[in-house]
Amino acid sequence: MSMLKVENIYKSYGSCEVLKGISFSMEQHETKVIIGTSGTGKSTLLKCINQLDPPDKGKVWLEGKEITNPKTDINKIRQKIGFVFQDFNLFNHLTALKNVSIGLEKVKKLEKEKAQERAIKELQRVGLEKQAQQYPAQLSGGQKQRVGIARALAMDPSIILFDEPTSALDPELIGDVLDVMKSLAGEVAMLVVTHEMGFARNVADEIIFMEGGIILESGPPKQMFKNPKMERTKQFLGKISTLYGKE
Amino acid sequence: MSVTFLLTIFSIIVGFIIGISLSLGRVYGNKIISIICIGYIEIFRGTPLLVQLFIIYFGLPAVGIALSPLHSALLGLSLNSGAYQAEYLRGSIQAIPSGQMSAARTLGMTKMQSIKNVILPQSLRISIPAWSNELIYLFKYTSIVSIIQVSELTKEGELIASRNFRYIEIFLIIALIYLIFTFIITEIIDRVTKKMSIPGIGLQIKTRPKLS
Repeated sequence: MSMLKVENIYKSYGSCEVLKGISFSMEQHETKVIIGTSGTGKSTLLKCINQLDPPDKGKVWLEGKEITNPKTDINKIRQKIGFVFQDFNLFNHLTALKNVSIGLEKVKKLEKEKAQERAIKELQRVGLEKQAQQYPAQLSGGQKQRVGIARALAMDPSIILFDEPTSALDPELIGDVLDVMKSLAGEVAMLVVTHEMGFARNVADEIIFMEGGIILESGPPKQMFKNPKMERTKQFLGKISTLYGKE
Repeated sequence: MSVTFLLTIFSIIVGFIIGISLSLGRVYGNKIISIICIGYIEIFRGTPLLVQLFIIYFGLPAVGIALSPLHSALLGLSLNSGAYQAEYLRGSIQAIPSGQMSAARTLGMTKMQSIKNVILPQSLRISIPAWSNELIYLFKYTSIVSIIQVSELTKEGELIASRNFRYIEIFLIIALIYLIFTFIITEIIDRVTKKMSIPGIGLQIKTRPKLS
């Protein structure tokens, strides 16, 4: 059984239908990258998965449990689904350390010392143990995002959803964040919405190309980059490669 | 004097509890709760405090609830302050970006946990300046309850002056007392604000983010 299974998701905002039947599945420790033009519902799809913005139709299963079932305790499931935001959304009133430990303390009910110990470990993992006592306003964008990743990791998620994690960063700072993400590949499942083609090509097990609210094509990076089936995929990848560099 | 302090401290605290409940109800409650909260706030902000005090002190006995002047004053000031504090707090709650709530929920926090651990600690800090205004207003507006015979600072002054007819001197002294304490309160709040301040939240007082 797949770890994550998404089945026939539909989502509309008013009269605008954003997702028109999305289905895919992910195995443990797999990395999948979702690409596509803006406004095709990539971010919406991520929010439909963790029920931040529940889908109108369709089902989502995580480790055999149906998340979309209203009887499921969504707060419990969400602990298993990390989320990294485009604009970080760190808790502004808490230090980097506290940002990482708060979920352990308040949700997993760990003792304060244990939670902080774990938080330090996660900050080390993303290379920010020195910044532990700084507040988000004192961190650079790249550092903020790495704290965001550490915050997600601390909860021991089965999967982390990344919603354009590097789009709000200066080009110089993107590398640090991508390096952290690369180091996670194979340790935890990742579903990444991004325009970083280098990351998609080198790290992803599969690339999903979305357009107009559906999955147009998906496959391993080699196949997608070298000989995509659809003309549109080729066109998109060609365009974005010239924009973002080929690596 | 002590009555003035009792009135101020009691009303600001009870008003704060009322205010926080109303603002949360208004922002996060369902439609019915939200409408009730808005109704309360609009009624208490839309009518004069003096009229509210008269209704409590002179009106309630008609329905069998007779309160002493002091109790009437405590009740009136608290209810009134609650409505104002609710609006200050609502403003600061709504000033928190929605991403903060999303982030808290993605960690698995319930709505209540998110409000308690993420939203309120930030919005309360933002609301300190407006809130301190309310405290100072309240401190001065306690003088209004002298009309329903509560012997607080202003009423005491009036009593003394009516005995020796030195109205100007007495009331200048009373004014000075209010002024001094207002100044002290402002100073205390400033210090608390500085102590509680966190880089990036609310007003920044002489602290600059240092990038490393």
